Amino acid sequence: MFAEHLLSVCIWLPIVGGIVVLATGGDQNATAARYLGLIFTIATFIVTLLLYADFNPHTAAMQFVENRPWIDAFSIRYHLGIDGISVLLILLTSFCTVLVVIAGWSVIQKKVGQYLAAFLIMEGLMIGVFSALDAILFYVFWESTLIPMFVIIGLWGGPNRVYATIKFFLYTFLGSVLMLVAFIYLYYQADRTFDIATFHQVQLGENAQILIFLALLAAFAVKVPMWPVHTWLPDAHTEAPTGGSVILAAILLKMGAYGFLRFSLPIVPDASHQLAGFMIALSLIAVVYIGLVTLMQDDMKKLIAYSSIAHMGFVTLGFFIFNTQGIEGGIIQMISHGFISGALFLCVGVLYDRLHSREIKDYGGVANRMPVFASFMMLFALANTGLPGTSGFVGEFLVILGSYQVNVWYAVLAATTLVLGAAYTLWMYKRVIFGAVVKDSVAALEDVTPREILFLGLLAIAVLAMGLWPFPFLEVMHVSVDHLLEQVATKKVI
Amino acid sequence: MPEIPSMWPALPEIYVCAMGCLILCVDLFVSKQARTVIYWLSQVALLGAAALTLSLLMTPAGMTFSGMFVHDSLSNVIKLATYLIVFFVFVYSRDYIRERGMFRGEYFVLGLFGVVGMMIMASASHFLTLYLGLELLALSLYAMVAFQRDSAQATEAAMKYFVLGAISSGILLYGMSILYGLTGTLDIADVRQAVARMEADDVVLIFSLVFVIVGIAFKLGAVPFHMWVPDVYHGAPTSVTLYIGTAPKIAGFALVMRLLVGGLEDLAVSWQDMLTILAVLSMAVGNVIAIAQTNIKRMLAYSSISHMGFFFLGVVNATPNGYSSALFYVLVYAVMSLGTFGMVILLSRSGFEAERLDDFKGLNQRSPWYAFLMLLLMFSMAGVPPTIGFYAKLLVIQSVIEVGMIWLAILAVLFAVIGVYYYIRVVKLMYFDDAEDNTPIGASLDMRVLIGVNGLVLLLAMPWVGTIIDVCGRAVAGIY
Repeated sequence: MFAEHLLSVCIWLPIVGGIVVLATGGDQNATAARYLGLIFTIATFIVTLLLYADFNPHTAAMQFVENRPWIDAFSIRYHLGIDGISVLLILLTSFCTVLVVIAGWSVIQKKVGQYLAAFLIMEGLMIGVFSALDAILFYVFWESTLIPMFVIIGLWGGPNRVYATIKFFLYTFLGSVLMLVAFIYLYYQADRTFDIATFHQVQLGENAQILIFLALLAAFAVKVPMWPVHTWLPDAHTEAPTGGSVILAAILLKMGAYGFLRFSLPIVPDASHQLAGFMIALSLIAVVYIGLVTLMQDDMKKLIAYSSIAHMGFVTLGFFIFNTQGIEGGIIQMISHGFISGALFLCVGVLYDRLHSREIKDYGGVANRMPVFASFMMLFALANTGLPGTSGFVGEFLVILGSYQVNVWYAVLAATTLVLGAAYTLWMYKRVIFGAVVKDSVAALEDVTPREILFLGLLAIAVLAMGLWPFPFLEVMHVSVDHLLEQVATKKVI
Repeated sequence: MPEIPSMWPALPEIYVCAMGCLILCVDLFVSKQARTVIYWLSQVALLGAAALTLSLLMTPAGMTFSGMFVHDSLSNVIKLATYLIVFFVFVYSRDYIRERGMFRGEYFVLGLFGVVGMMIMASASHFLTLYLGLELLALSLYAMVAFQRDSAQATEAAMKYFVLGAISSGILLYGMSILYGLTGTLDIADVRQAVARMEADDVVLIFSLVFVIVGIAFKLGAVPFHMWVPDVYHGAPTSVTLYIGTAPKIAGFALVMRLLVGGLEDLAVSWQDMLTILAVLSMAVGNVIAIAQTNIKRMLAYSSISHMGFFFLGVVNATPNGYSSALFYVLVYAVMSLGTFGMVILLSRSGFEAERLDDFKGLNQRSPWYAFLMLLLMFSMAGVPPTIGFYAKLLVIQSVIEVGMIWLAILAVLFAVIGVYYYIRVVKLMYFDDAEDNTPIGASLDMRVLIGVNGLVLLLAMPWVGTIIDVCGRAVAGIY
């Protein structure tokens, strides 16, 4: 009974929590709002852990399925379920939201209730994206996430926030509407159903497949984001409040990558194979070219934003080489990037809360004043460069291994990230953390508070655990990935 | 001796008409202070009409008055929606018109006669009945626009509306008269049979069709016959704009259904092309020009033009699926438009019209609740899920894809993206800018409650979207 509704609980508990937090009213009840927000995010995290605990990794079938009619006239159903790929992303979502609430605890002082409510509602919607098995339900969750994010960036963001948030909204909305057209087309091809599993079975002609692939690509590529449609991301990331950047980098970007796995590859496998070269080219441009662009950034958040694009290039590269290592590496990279980029944004947030600057040149010698912080940031910076023993290594290694089997040059180009990544991350780290204290503002810095140690410590544990012992993660997804590869290998052209 | 026709199917119309006359008489005898009674009588008129129509739901569909008046599921649904919308309109308007010295019996009487006009349009099965309903509505609206006779702006708007409205009525009537010349009848069902016997590409037939379409496009405000919309929306008192921008759109759907589908469906191949052009132009012009507006009433006028474009998408494919999508669209649009103009009225107060977009600045600071409602309304207008505006767009877009017009669907979604910009600009003003004016927002309890319901229904209707779509489907099925 309970298991049947577990996914619904994961989706609606935070949304209800958001409404409850909103009901606390203005900032006079900020403390109550904070505790309520924390309680609801932790409760959701516990529920998602139950999901993980009861998850059976030996089947590729959807689990925790809930399927009830919703809009009968168009056979749109409230159909939820998860497989080995989505369960990990759901866990990531609920974990990161807890961190965001802790990270914003004393930093956010205006409109606290609305801030927490936006993140709670966002959490529910993102879990919905990862568990929807009906295309329209998926689309509803997918697009709904734009509304809270629009408000988060616009209300609590940096100086240029209005420009950034409108750009973010329009860019991602434009990408998604074509996906809707593709879904409706598939609805009529699949004999009037929006069921994603039926979409996987439907036979499609070659041209139709390519057009559907491109329509889906418009939505997913913008979200990932892939080069050349990445330009919204640096603006949005830079202007968003720390919590917003964490959610954007850790989860929202993963929605695009997830879309490739759930829709593009299984629905239009022939088009995916045909256009794989194109996708790999875009991914490698993201890895190499954006890697070079990252080197030149003066703003720490912008630097991490560009580095996210480069790392997401790895994810898409892994998906379009169609072998187990590639796809599993890509998924591991998604999760690991969620932890690492989230952690780096939180580190910048820690510095920003003290000096109110994101410019690298305003820092220098921070290690002298904040040794504990410097060691945390060291760990995350090294993880970002893919140091063995951290989660960053596992994904990149698997993807390079997978691409080597397809084409040596893919592997060689992809491997440049190890050099570029080390260059931009460690160079930034050196300029910010090491050196003598020259600036008075830096001299006045205080080291991390227990609250900050808490969220940085949790992330450090996650990064190390995943790096040292990735087996549980791989085990959960393995059967689902094999099933996906079978689907991709099946020809669907009529 | 001719038989006396059955009055039962037309009872709601007769009742509202009688109530209108009664209110006119009562108005003569009540003092200025006691005039609230007029308002209550008008609301009772609407509630009574709703009760009558509900009781007629059980009776089988049928014709009366020698086949000039039809009572079917379509007319019932449209009438019920009209009562509901006008009920809200009166609540939202009450304090607004009182503060501006427009609280007179005639205001409500004209509103009720407008309702009668719309009801007759919904129930017309004869060109004359249809025209009668249309003109009754239009004449009431002209007078309502000019109600503030001292306002130069309103008078100008009324003149424009009257002249262009008269021209469009003339055009429509001309089209009908050519049809009469061709078929020898004004009865819609007979016209349909006569047309079926003719060649579908008969030049004179197409000629009459063009006039009919132009007339419809004028009345609904579709590009290139939209010139009156921004001026009238802008010039009329906001409470009248609220009226014009909501219920008559639903009646417009009845007009389209009775004329194009009921009478001329055999010419669908011809009118599909014409409506496609109207739809694309309306979506393009409406959405693009709305971006340049600084006055929210003008912006909403252009937005209404673009929404009419989307509405036509449902009609162009000439399938029951499309018609029911169009009905759903127009119902949702009426509710959204109601809420949005309601918000404009809410922010206005004695001596101040919240007409500029800038008047919405910092609404979140002044009242997070109203800002949230407006946010829902704007995202719904833009068609962003999970609001109901999304399902409306989904439906019309799926209906064009059903008949294979994918290029039209792609154009539609692209114009929808352009439209998003000006809607989220309002959200931006409310949430991200500081308030220029911190006057508390006061409103009567019933208005506060209803506008809350109006906004929230866009979000909370989600689980019942399927039911509403079924109702639309059954309503449209009634016409066959």
